[in-house]
Amino acid sequence: MIRALLSDDPPKSRLLAALLVLILAGLAAAPFVFPGAAALNTAAKICIFIVLVASYDILLGYTGIVSFAHTMFFGIGGYGVGLSLYFLGPGWPVVALGIVVALVIGVVLALAVGLVSLRVKAIFFAMITLAVASAFMILTTQLSEFTGGEDGRTFRVPELLRPTTRLFEEPFLGTAITGRVLAYYLVFLSAVALFLLALRLVNSCFGRVLQAIRENEMRAEALGYRVVYFRTMASCLSAALAVMAGAMSALWLRYTGPETTLSFAIMLDVLLMVVIGGTGTLYGAVIGATLFILAQNYLQKLMAMAAAATEGIPLLPRLLHPDRWLLLLGVLFVLSIYFFPTGIAGKLAGRGRGPAA
Amino acid sequence: MSAPALETRDLTIRFGGHVAVNAVSTAFRTGELTAIVGPNGAGKTTYFNLISGQLPATSGAILLDGEDITGLGPAARAQKGIGRAFQITSLFPNLTVHENVRLAVQARSRRAAHLWSLWSDHREWIARADRALEEVNLVHQRGTLAAALPHGDKRKLEVAIMMALEPRVFMFDEPTAGMSVDEVPVILDLIARLKARGDKTILLVEHKMDVVRSLADRIVVLLNGVLSADGDPATVTASAIVREAYLGQSPAASAGGGHG
Repeated sequence: MIRALLSDDPPKSRLLAALLVLILAGLAAAPFVFPGAAALNTAAKICIFIVLVASYDILLGYTGIVSFAHTMFFGIGGYGVGLSLYFLGPGWPVVALGIVVALVIGVVLALAVGLVSLRVKAIFFAMITLAVASAFMILTTQLSEFTGGEDGRTFRVPELLRPTTRLFEEPFLGTAITGRVLAYYLVFLSAVALFLLALRLVNSCFGRVLQAIRENEMRAEALGYRVVYFRTMASCLSAALAVMAGAMSALWLRYTGPETTLSFAIMLDVLLMVVIGGTGTLYGAVIGATLFILAQNYLQKLMAMAAAATEGIPLLPRLLHPDRWLLLLGVLFVLSIYFFPTGIAGKLAGRGRGPAA
Repeated sequence: MSAPALETRDLTIRFGGHVAVNAVSTAFRTGELTAIVGPNGAGKTTYFNLISGQLPATSGAILLDGEDITGLGPAARAQKGIGRAFQITSLFPNLTVHENVRLAVQARSRRAAHLWSLWSDHREWIARADRALEEVNLVHQRGTLAAALPHGDKRKLEVAIMMALEPRVFMFDEPTAGMSVDEVPVILDLIARLKARGDKTILLVEHKMDVVRSLADRIVVLLNGVLSADGDPATVTASAIVREAYLGQSPAASAGGGHG
């Protein structure tokens, strides 16, 4: 049963499996175990980014394609749901409509970019995706009548997901079951389902061909696999998953804007998460997204504590000042690349699938 | 013997001013094993690359069962039944030995690109991949990453991948190059068995003349990209042009030529 759910690709080591179970349990119980809006927000962000990073890994880690347009698809999902709710009012059919429209736009765009540029060398593809993503971002911010420009759009989600909604009169296990908790579980369950779907895709007959193309494009072609077709398909599937992540993000934040969905800062974060977690293994996406977002959200607090603890020692408190958190994050990143060149999941699995970019 | 399975007509490729393969016209029949010999740089591998589609022909035509396939890419040619084992080992390094072969088995199926069906569900394909590995004595390595294999085993895997593809035209490009003496018979036996089946077209680039003599029905000699001799092994090895241009260098060539 579990084997089937995991598409016959269980974690390759016990430690990795334990880590994943811990993350799954933590996310599943987050509303009850970690009280407070900030904690729930972090947990939801982890769920969303697991899907986004996993979808990016299908491109980078499994197929060996470097794309900088991944946040564009994330944004299309976010804007698709966001603008639908903004203009048509809250309601589940509107959410569904937004998702479908976003999926169609995302896949068609991925197909167009793929057909035009996946024949050329990898570096040109990367450049083209960068150009398309920049153009899309500029277009989105310029069409402010429609998209809300730089400010984005705040909208109302279906009644069930609103903070004021109470499912039960009494708190359950000490936590009031609000619309926020329901929204969190919608995000969480979607993330689980989409992750398992991605796992299925990479472990299908199709998925192995993607790996073959990453490993040796010429050989794959000589076996009769049309490389351009497979790359384009991978690009479309990955885009569709990113669109779904964007839709989840919009439903959770009740807001869509360029900063939260389209910016290159997010693209960089996704890249870092993929590399930290390990490319070419979807479990790496779970590890990478979780560690990175936890660090982003709690490193400053941790550093404040450390700075207080080391008071009196020269220099150390100043280095550990919360304002230096980006410095520490950078150091941690360099260290993780140094000690885990195949990513944390790659290291734990002991099967050195390096990035093929 | 039957009508030609594979034919090249005035097949030519030019790299700038250099004509690597120059108007080669010949035909290969089903059931026949043709050895292609010639000194290093004679254009043997380039000729192979033209046939299997890794290089586009400057002019001339390639016909498979009478059908012009000159305009097709390597993937389409593979689907039509042209199999290739490369001289410079070309594997999927970070996939297992079994996965390498299995990808070839799968490539033959219409359902090769199935998005939903699990890789591990296709028992028959898995068994067929194992049979291909048995033929080259690699079953014990099935779980090893291709990159981790010793050189000789990599060469065997290269051959196993082509066997699993079950093409109609087998193109061996120095299959035993760099193999240790005790490994070579595995590959030669396999080629002999393949030939004995009588329903395949086999092309073999080989430097070792004893191998060529024992296996080939026919020898084609390439010199500077030009087809210089073509005939049964006895006649060709006896001809003056071959003795001068090729066999004159044979001590070096057969001692270990063609390491890539």
